[in-house]
Amino acid sequence: MSTQTTQALSGTSGAQVNLAPVISWLAALRYPAIGITTLLALWWLGGYVVANDPDMWAFANFAPAPTFSALYDLVASGDIWPTIVSSLYRVLIGLFWGVVIGVPVGVLIGYVGTAMKIANVPFQFLRMISPLAWMPIAVLAFATWDAAIIFLLVMATVWPIMFSTAHGVRRIDPNWFKVAKNLGASGPQMLRRIILPAIMTDVMAGIRLAVGVAWVVLVPAEYLGVTSGLGYAINDARDTLAYDTLAAIVLVIGLIGYGLDTICGLLIKRFNWHVE
Amino acid sequence: MGATISLDYITHRFSRGAAPTLEKIENRIEPGEMVALIGRSGCGKSTLLHMLAGLLIPSEGCVRVNGHQVSRPSAKWNMMFQKASLYPWMSVRENAALGLLFSGMAKAEAFSRVDELLEMLGLHDKRDVNVQSLSGGQQQRVALARSLATDPEILLLDEPFSALDAFTRTALQEEVPAICRDLDITMVIVTHDIDEAIAMADRVMIMSQNPGRIVGELDVELPWPRRHMDAGFQSLRDQLMTQFKETDDGLAGRKAITETTDDDAENAA
Repeated sequence: MSTQTTQALSGTSGAQVNLAPVISWLAALRYPAIGITTLLALWWLGGYVVANDPDMWAFANFAPAPTFSALYDLVASGDIWPTIVSSLYRVLIGLFWGVVIGVPVGVLIGYVGTAMKIANVPFQFLRMISPLAWMPIAVLAFATWDAAIIFLLVMATVWPIMFSTAHGVRRIDPNWFKVAKNLGASGPQMLRRIILPAIMTDVMAGIRLAVGVAWVVLVPAEYLGVTSGLGYAINDARDTLAYDTLAAIVLVIGLIGYGLDTICGLLIKRFNWHVE
Repeated sequence: MGATISLDYITHRFSRGAAPTLEKIENRIEPGEMVALIGRSGCGKSTLLHMLAGLLIPSEGCVRVNGHQVSRPSAKWNMMFQKASLYPWMSVRENAALGLLFSGMAKAEAFSRVDELLEMLGLHDKRDVNVQSLSGGQQQRVALARSLATDPEILLLDEPFSALDAFTRTALQEEVPAICRDLDITMVIVTHDIDEAIAMADRVMIMSQNPGRIVGELDVELPWPRRHMDAGFQSLRDQLMTQFKETDDGLAGRKAITETTDDDAENAA
């Protein structure tokens, strides 16, 4: 008898459970939805004003409707994919070298006090130079445009990763070193089992910052020399007066940037061992 | 198997020319013996314990374990600190197995050995949880399991229970010596708590301050488990308290030091 009641109850609650996540999901989306709608409204309003201004009507294709139609064409024809792939490739290679250089140097300057004292001023100085300012030097120093752009991206990614890593190392509880030494940890074991897991959250936070900077630097870097990538596509669209395509690519840049940041956010959560 | 520890004429200065923190410490701790080291905070007792662990090397003299000079830390002479210092990215099991993993043991084998210890310490149902969700006492038990996992010959305790609540502290003060007797581990505990010293040790060493010296000893010949209310416990505590106060006649001690420093200054000039 009681089992039947329980079954009946679980039956009804089962039907509700199917809906509950959807409802809470929709509820969570309501504020972002308001934000996006506001942005679209402002965009549409801007397009309307431009279209009705005799001096600017030529730019009317920046408005939402032509943009989305151009975006549909870009995606449907598949033209956008090689562009995205070459941009993502550059960012990932730049990020790779940023990590390969930034993390070990960060560990070093975080761990060895003297190294920090020596490196701090020159690194803070270099950090404040816009990566794009290296462009002429990069072009001279590297054989290909691709390599030059990747160099600029490395210059953009290495600092946030390095400083964040160093900060993470300095924050490590000194007792963790003492306990590990006491348990007979060798140097490499200390690095792999203690230092790297301890700083993982900070390294990921640095990578997230670096991805943001790299994505911003990528587009202007691709204005120069190369014949692929989102920056090139923007320049190309401007030269052919295809403003709807231009706006569609701007949209793509924003979407991918947002996506990359979301992935980084998820990775940070994955590697975060702090209990909230 | 418990190890013999001999302290061979240890003197330590933290910087060259500074007054010695520890001076001419000589002693011998027998295999399986349990020794408490008491003294005021800042007397150098913790420094001495770090030397036994090989985490600090004395400027003169040396520590020998089974006749071998201690020159670096080893999982065979293991230290427990006031803070459990567990690694929050590892589960209870991984934390406890860490010393075994460092020694190169396979994970499965290390875990099965650690599981027995966790069971003994009443943590078997916690072995997969995040250590940050444990209470202070449970965390210190995990640290104890971590220290015991490597089959140490010596267990060194640096005021490990001072941050715990009274109930947990009393329980661990009883459990740890019992475990050390069972497993035949030589134990050295540093504490400023006279009751803790009597509850846990076969022998209590009293340290003076500025410079740190071993100035008195007291054998504790009470049956286990020891009860704080027992008459024997009370009388030993009184004896120890008296000895402790005698070593602490601050003025005379300080005067002696000023004189030696003056002499040193003259010699230098």
